[in-house]
Amino acid sequence: MSIKNKAYIVGIYEHPTRKAEDKSLAQLHAESAKGAIEDAGLSKSDIDGYFCAGDAPGLGPLSMADYMGLKLRHMDSTDSGGSSYIIHVGHAAEAIALGKCSIALITLAGRPRSEGQATGTAARTAQNTPDAPFENPYGPATANMYAMCAMRHMHQYGTTSEQLAWIKVAASHHARHNPHAMLRDVVTVEDVVNSPMIADPLHRLDCCVISDGGGAIIVASPEVAKSLKRPKVKILGAGEAPKHQMGGQLDLTYSGAVWSGPPAFAESGVKPGDIKYASIYDSFTITVLMQIEDLGFCEKGQGGRFVSDGNLISGSGKLPFNTDGGGLCNNHPANRGGLTKVVEAVRQLRGEAHPAVQVKNCDLALAHGTGGSLGTRHGAATVIMERE
Amino acid sequence: MPAEERKIQAPQPNPETQAFWNAAGEGKLMIGKCNACGAVHYYPRAICPFCFSDKTELQQASGNGTIYTYSVMRRAPIPYAIAYVTLSEGPTMMTNIVDCDLDKIRIGQSVRLVFKPSDGGPPVPMFTTT
Repeated sequence: MSIKNKAYIVGIYEHPTRKAEDKSLAQLHAESAKGAIEDAGLSKSDIDGYFCAGDAPGLGPLSMADYMGLKLRHMDSTDSGGSSYIIHVGHAAEAIALGKCSIALITLAGRPRSEGQATGTAARTAQNTPDAPFENPYGPATANMYAMCAMRHMHQYGTTSEQLAWIKVAASHHARHNPHAMLRDVVTVEDVVNSPMIADPLHRLDCCVISDGGGAIIVASPEVAKSLKRPKVKILGAGEAPKHQMGGQLDLTYSGAVWSGPPAFAESGVKPGDIKYASIYDSFTITVLMQIEDLGFCEKGQGGRFVSDGNLISGSGKLPFNTDGGGLCNNHPANRGGLTKVVEAVRQLRGEAHPAVQVKNCDLALAHGTGGSLGTRHGAATVIMERE
Repeated sequence: MPAEERKIQAPQPNPETQAFWNAAGEGKLMIGKCNACGAVHYYPRAICPFCFSDKTELQQASGNGTIYTYSVMRRAPIPYAIAYVTLSEGPTMMTNIVDCDLDKIRIGQSVRLVFKPSDGGPPVPMFTTT
């Protein structure tokens, strides 16, 4: 059994806030849900499946179903960090294909900026995982974990800081057209490599923004999609996989995309070269580079060369990516960027991206995410979508 | 300021890891050894992550290794070097590189085991360049 052609993305919403001091977490989830339901042309009572992850308050689906007054027959709170919502799209398609629900809502929201979180540089302190006593004493934060992947990639493949910088440069070229983006100034390779060092070899401009915000997605059955007036975005295939330290047989030069990508491409019946637009999780520049290699957009180790010279910029590059400005420039709600990756891919497939960054004849798009930490344990998720 | 002045978060031993931290208190770094499949692993656990046997035990590591990768956290109040070190026995472990010039750390360098006191817990295995 496959999910191919069994479900459609019929509603999307990206909350415009980037700093939500006057809103609660549950409120941001619900406002995002309301936006996506209205985008689809549905009403709340139509929702019979709900998906959320660790950013939701309390016992996720229970607290949020209560707050929003949902009557559900299916719920799923799979949490793989920032990639959760890409996994949720695949799981929603599975549930719809099996008849467990017909209209699924996925929400994300968070307020790390209002709460003053030092997201990238604060050392981890949670004690409830088996790895904690063997890692926390060493000061693992977010930035230095990804930095160790970049350091090893540079050592093994000769990747340079200038090549990584091109990823940020491309994102900034897109973000200047997004009025909601936190960082709208176009930057150069020099700007990136001359920005302050955070964790060797990652500079400040190699890191994503810290923002409040949220978003929501509605996935529905073909029958429901047919009845709605929105452009049809069909789910073709999905893949997911965790990657970890493998009992000490650690290899930081690749990501879980090597396992989530191939089944998604196989289920979809398409190849990396067919993809017209890609949303690629951009917690850091190195995240993008490794995922691009691991999804097969270029040969392993050639990511630095591939992303250089504007190859990711819409209109001029071969692989237009993150045309909303992504996490590097636009937003990173709840420190989890997976949901907005799907949202921008759907905008591209609908032809509703900003005209300056809209990819021509965009009929096939991919969204991919890495949640957790690239340097320890992460969840990779890939989804491939087609405009019908 | 030298890296070791950074406050080191105390590991919280649990019933499964108490023996590891007791050994650390005696200056020994232990790794996991599976008597069913023969493989060694890190962090040590009661169930082998390779063959899933429960015939595991702790084995003392030599304390020699090489730097697999590292990063100096420049934004910390006291910059420190986090690293993964590949032990001569095979497994790669997260650690800090200490008691050396942080600007001279390189991938592939040989390192040897040292223990540093934690903030109210057992001492923690770290490495210094040789």
